[in-house]
Amino acid sequence: MGPNLFTNYGEAVSAILFCIGFTNLLLQNNLIKKIIGLNIMDSAIYLFLAEKGYIAGRVAPIVVDGVTSTEAYINPIPSGLVLTGIVVSVSVTALMLSLTIRLYMRYHTLDLDEISTLLKKEGK
Amino acid sequence: MSKKRSAEEYQKTFAFRFFRWLHGEKDPYVGEVEMRPQEEYHVDEEAILRHEKEHDAILDRVYSEDNIELKAFRRLYHVTSILFCLFLIALLLVTVSYLPATGTIERPVNNEVAVRYIESGLEETGAVNIVAGMILDYRAFDTLGESHVLFVATITVLILLRMNKKGSQGINDRIFEPKNDTILQLVATFLVPIIIIFGIYIILNGHLGPGGGFSGGAVIGAGLVLYLNAFGFAKTERFFTEKTYKWVCFFSLSFYCLAKSYSFYTGANQLHSVIPKGTPGAILSSGLILPLNIAVGLVVACTIYAFYAMFRKGGF
Repeated sequence: MGPNLFTNYGEAVSAILFCIGFTNLLLQNNLIKKIIGLNIMDSAIYLFLAEKGYIAGRVAPIVVDGVTSTEAYINPIPSGLVLTGIVVSVSVTALMLSLTIRLYMRYHTLDLDEISTLLKKEGK
Repeated sequence: MSKKRSAEEYQKTFAFRFFRWLHGEKDPYVGEVEMRPQEEYHVDEEAILRHEKEHDAILDRVYSEDNIELKAFRRLYHVTSILFCLFLIALLLVTVSYLPATGTIERPVNNEVAVRYIESGLEETGAVNIVAGMILDYRAFDTLGESHVLFVATITVLILLRMNKKGSQGINDRIFEPKNDTILQLVATFLVPIIIIFGIYIILNGHLGPGGGFSGGAVIGAGLVLYLNAFGFAKTERFFTEKTYKWVCFFSLSFYCLAKSYSFYTGANQLHSVIPKGTPGAILSSGLILPLNIAVGLVVACTIYAFYAMFRKGGF
């Protein structure tokens, strides 16, 4: 164990959240719950990035009174990356939900086991 | 002055054939390619029935409730995946404990790139909000990609949900909803203008404070969704149809492309750009960031509304 586990509590929480989301992906049979699990994983990544950019005692990178010294602001790059992540996650979620709707229209169930059983019974 | 061409002469030109092809009036394969009908499929019913019976018997044996192997496999799968996730948590926590401490400057993230953005961001982009200056000026290419990701996602959702329209009419879930909900309509009358004005404020102040095209567009989209919920599709379709979506996205994305191409071209070749930077802090400042924010905001608002409309009724 390294020395910084409790100092990095935000990152530790994001690691645990990530694993909760991943467990959801593995264990849930319901497709909607799987998508929720993937969204939990996304949120864990945002938290991790936000923690990465934070510097104690500094404020958000919006210039106040023309002060442009590095001493005043936190790192702006992770904030921009979080934005990219949110946009991609919204698109991926919409895509997955529409695929789920298609599956539901075809098999009238959201349970993945049932769907794969039906699929095998059809002989495909 | 150009001379008039007769109809026969025009029919020989490339443009005539091209436009016919474009409008789908002529199939280029008909008459040009040798086509043979497929051989007729002969049904050997006895063999099919026998095969199906065997197949079903095997499947029923495999997927029956008292298949012990399957049950054992499921249990094993659950136990293994829980163990794997616990192992993953432990691994990640050990890794986190070796990371440099949060909040200190001695992290590898805080390198010269961030210093450069903070120190000369205001001067070079004119945006008070350094993050906006970063994503819409230094990394504008990335943001263009994000807008396209949203656009492509909408198109894909449209393709996936449209295919069902021909056969089934009964899936429309609007029949289950209460019509003319007075409370919702009264609240929406007050809230929708406020929400949309707030979204416009966020977009227009994207370079001056927290906000920007993506968040403001999402707020406007939420306002449109509330309006749709309260008053139904008949009201929203007066101003927002598939055509509106198509043209708004087309103009926003191509404006973004052209504007950023110009600024990349002038920047890379050390030319003088005609776009004024303005005084930092004023609403009409920071060069291209304000128009780009508006373009991104339009795309995002339309996308949010389009997602909702498509999930509700499978189309606009």
